[in-house]
Amino acid sequence: MDKVLVSVLMSVACQAGGGPGPESGPMSTSAIAASGLRKAYQDKVVLDGIDLDVETGTIFSLLGPNGAGKTTTVNVLTTLIRADGGTARVAGHDVATQTKAVRAAIGVTGQFAAVDELLTGQENLQLMADLNRLGPGEARRVAADLLERFDLTESARKLASTYSGGMRRKLDLAMTLVGRPEIIFLDEPTTGLDPRSRRTMWDIIRQLAADGVTIFLTTQYLDEADRLADRIAVLDQGHLVAQGTPAELKRQIPGSHVRLRFASDLGLDAALRLLPGSARDDQDDLILRVPGDGGVKSVRALLNQLDAQSIEVDEFSVHTPDLDDVFLALTGRASTKESAQ
Amino acid sequence: MSADSIVMLRRNFKHTVRNPVTVFNAVLFPIVLMLMFVYVIGGAFNVGVTYIEYATPGMIILAICYGLSGTALAVNSDMTKGIINRFKVMDISRSAVLSAQVAVTVLRSLVAIAAILGVAFAIGFRSPASFPEWLGAIGIIVGVSFATSWITVALGLAAKTAESAALAIVPLILLPFLSSAIVPARTMAPGVRQFAEYQPFTPIIETLRGLLTGAPSASKAITAIAWCAGIALVGYLWSLNTFNKRA
Repeated sequence: MDKVLVSVLMSVACQAGGGPGPESGPMSTSAIAASGLRKAYQDKVVLDGIDLDVETGTIFSLLGPNGAGKTTTVNVLTTLIRADGGTARVAGHDVATQTKAVRAAIGVTGQFAAVDELLTGQENLQLMADLNRLGPGEARRVAADLLERFDLTESARKLASTYSGGMRRKLDLAMTLVGRPEIIFLDEPTTGLDPRSRRTMWDIIRQLAADGVTIFLTTQYLDEADRLADRIAVLDQGHLVAQGTPAELKRQIPGSHVRLRFASDLGLDAALRLLPGSARDDQDDLILRVPGDGGVKSVRALLNQLDAQSIEVDEFSVHTPDLDDVFLALTGRASTKESAQ
Repeated sequence: MSADSIVMLRRNFKHTVRNPVTVFNAVLFPIVLMLMFVYVIGGAFNVGVTYIEYATPGMIILAICYGLSGTALAVNSDMTKGIINRFKVMDISRSAVLSAQVAVTVLRSLVAIAAILGVAFAIGFRSPASFPEWLGAIGIIVGVSFATSWITVALGLAAKTAESAALAIVPLILLPFLSSAIVPARTMAPGVRQFAEYQPFTPIIETLRGLLTGAPSASKAITAIAWCAGIALVGYLWSLNTFNKRA
């Protein structure tokens, strides 16, 4: 079972990553294109050949557990560190040789709120405006707009050190937006936030994407990637183990099935004989699991088949694996692989 | 200075004004120290001239060194609290962050020294120095402040925590005590005396003393300037190296 799963997912990864490289491909639609990125600290390999392609104007999510290499990937793409090997272009500029042009195009909000605690919210935004060379009038207007938009106007004149975690993250992101970046990197933007602040952050991210900004988001929360991202790449121990849309990833996992509940053993036995590949549920004697993708066509065919035999079904549900299943299956694979080496 | 440095300098200036500990350490504490040495301890010293006359140049250097603790902490907090990464991924001059710290430290020192000199004059310090000698004295003061600031920036960058940053600059604060700042080196115990004679602060303080008493010594001045240039260079290179290493 695991082997099948792995090969299917690897083929997804290959389809996504093995396309035209950054040199030969059409650059105009890629906001971020990386190929073969490698990074090691002493003998610890953190990134082991990462290929990425993020289309302009989309939300891309890099999903992985702690220590998978997410922050290192962000650091390489944002010119904070140099990769040992491979190439990456961000906004069409090489991250190793055209750092100035890359920096001018991007905004980064890291894992730890990078706000100046001894300045007020207003002054933090003013600082960014000054560094972005906005004129005094425009600076004031931009700062006021952002404070309003992030619901920070009331606290604008308080020192950032008095802000709550959620407010700091919002101020942090607002500071990033002062420079009107075309590509925004968000490294675990909701880690450590309470549920309400997370939701607010999600709304903000969606709104940014709606405005046409490309977003590169790292997260260890599956639901976050699922809700926000157009495409997801799963990173584990420096390898991309899968890449695709949330739906694609979920579909590729074998294990989609239809669950049928019967009133009695009689009906269940009849259905069991009728439907090839079906099996009793481990937990519940009256439930039958029928493999299938849960699509409308196959479900209709299945129900027609049962109807034709006059088999009575009490309850019916389609179980599609969530991203959790994908993630656990993949990271489980990786750890067994390592112990085998 | 670049436009970025000026923006950063404004930021650091706000930090200084909002941090009472920095202001106390840099401006008030040296004055307290001077009053203590002149009125409490210094009476017992026999330094050949009135004690205020002897001690003022040393107190000026002490004021510079006390002002450094705020810089070490500010640099370290920038590095450890993540804001440095924000600056690093912006299209701005990277060295602006560091040079602004040095600039604000030098300016703070000048304020502290103006205050020290004000108090010194008020309690009896008199200087026969001519205008060019005063200029020379200001030059030495700026030079020492500049050099020690770069070393402090390097120490603040290299320290992992605020505590270790504060600890790392203790030697810089102690060094003037082991020089001719408070008492002449020749009165010290053997061993300490040799150390005091050859460490950088003694020629620096002697040069400043010479300028303020109207009897500057060229050879001491050259040694002092050489020390300042050397310390500044080491601090600058060390700072840049550490800054680029710590992502």
